[in-house]
Amino acid sequence: MIHIHIERKTYPASGRAESHTAIAGLELHLEEHEFVCLVGPSGCGKTTLLNLIAGLDRDFQGTIHLSKAEAPRLGYVFQEPRLLPWRTVRENLELALPPRRDPVVIDELLTLTGLTAFQHTYPQRLSLGMSRRVALARAFAVEPDLLLMDEPFVSLDTPTAEKMRRLLADLWQRRPHTVLFVTHDLREALELADRIVFLTPPPSRVAREVTLPRSPRLRSPEVVETLYRRLAPK
Amino acid sequence: MNSSFARRLCREAANSLGTVTVPAASLLSLALIWQVAAWWLASPLLPSPAAVFTTLGQGIATGELLHHLGITLLRLGISFALAMVLGTILGILLGRHPTLDRWFDPWLTVFLNIPALVTIILCYVWFGLSETAAITAVVVNKLPNVAVTLREGTRHLDRGLLEMARVYRFGTWKTLRHVIWPQLYPFVLTAARTGLALIWKIILVVELLGRSDGMGYQLHLFFQLFDVAGILAYTLAFVIVIQTIEWTLLQPLDRYARRWHR
Repeated sequence: MIHIHIERKTYPASGRAESHTAIAGLELHLEEHEFVCLVGPSGCGKTTLLNLIAGLDRDFQGTIHLSKAEAPRLGYVFQEPRLLPWRTVRENLELALPPRRDPVVIDELLTLTGLTAFQHTYPQRLSLGMSRRVALARAFAVEPDLLLMDEPFVSLDTPTAEKMRRLLADLWQRRPHTVLFVTHDLREALELADRIVFLTPPPSRVAREVTLPRSPRLRSPEVVETLYRRLAPK
Repeated sequence: MNSSFARRLCREAANSLGTVTVPAASLLSLALIWQVAAWWLASPLLPSPAAVFTTLGQGIATGELLHHLGITLLRLGISFALAMVLGTILGILLGRHPTLDRWFDPWLTVFLNIPALVTIILCYVWFGLSETAAITAVVVNKLPNVAVTLREGTRHLDRGLLEMARVYRFGTWKTLRHVIWPQLYPFVLTAARTGLALIWKIILVVELLGRSDGMGYQLHLFFQLFDVAGILAYTLAFVIVIQTIEWTLLQPLDRYARRWHR
């Protein structure tokens, strides 16, 4: 069980920008192996929230409890792939691998993501879609207690994004880690999520939650459309 | 990894040899102009290239030139290494800690603007005409340059990649080696190349003012004797050595560092 309680996250004034409160009174719980999508308008502090959970930003009031483990392992798929350009695809995966983890998992993930032929390629020679697949493989390689994803398929063309979602659903079927997936696209959330959490505009907190019947794979376009009509804000 | 690195270095060195034809022809034409001028003036103040090469040959044969060249290169190596290591550490610290930077930035500006000659004289006055004073003078001259370059590099470190390394728990050593060093490497190399060019010019002045051996001392001697052939022969030898370091070491290293660029 993961508990997230952000009492307040405020950015101090700097230069001409006034101080502003990004998050206030946000409460979020995640069950183990749950796929939760966080949906909200852009600029509502979704990335801020993920950075707080990842421990990249500790300047906030509240508590974040990730797991019983002393040091829970995180996977984070950022908006940009954030691969080391001077390391090959394979080296990028190997570097993220925790010590004592069997490197065979890398071969497996390379196969699943269709990157085996590119394992010795430097990231700059890859397309954006392929780089994103590497970032996805890296996040799964660490077997995270919690997998954070920050609009990981943004700025891909529609068919590629669709393929990526199918790949994600596929990977997640094999290794159902707890996922917190941030998106501004409700349709994307409807395809993937067990539960959708809507955020308010800033200072953000949870507006409402919708639990969906668990689906073994990506929900079909028809189902997504029906759900969308029911859930989309009028 | 290491053998492939060595192979790559060899290949890079071979590649750079392949592109020497044009520069060689250009240098040859310069020598030709020089030869004509020398022949036309017919004065000991402008010896012909042939005379300079003869002097060079004699200097090598007697071992005198190699002795002084060796001493100078040793001083160069030591002061270069010291300036690079200390300057890199200082630059990274200043780049990482803005408070420290605000405090020390004026110092750097002051040191950058002190003429090399002043540092050299002061070092000799304060520490005596010793080897330590000579090396210190060179290091003090070069260190601010390295620090400023590396500070710039550290400021431009990719925050996204550092965050990625934190989330995936790279730890200090892996982060330094795989995330920070590859980003700083081009800056280190720039500092090294400009540093080499700067240091060898300073070191000659250091030797001229306060040592009794080395290229600078020898050049001073030739100057007092008006031995222009000697001056040119020693200069030539030195330029060849420095250029060789640039071609066989620094340039291949530079290309190796950029291998991942498309």
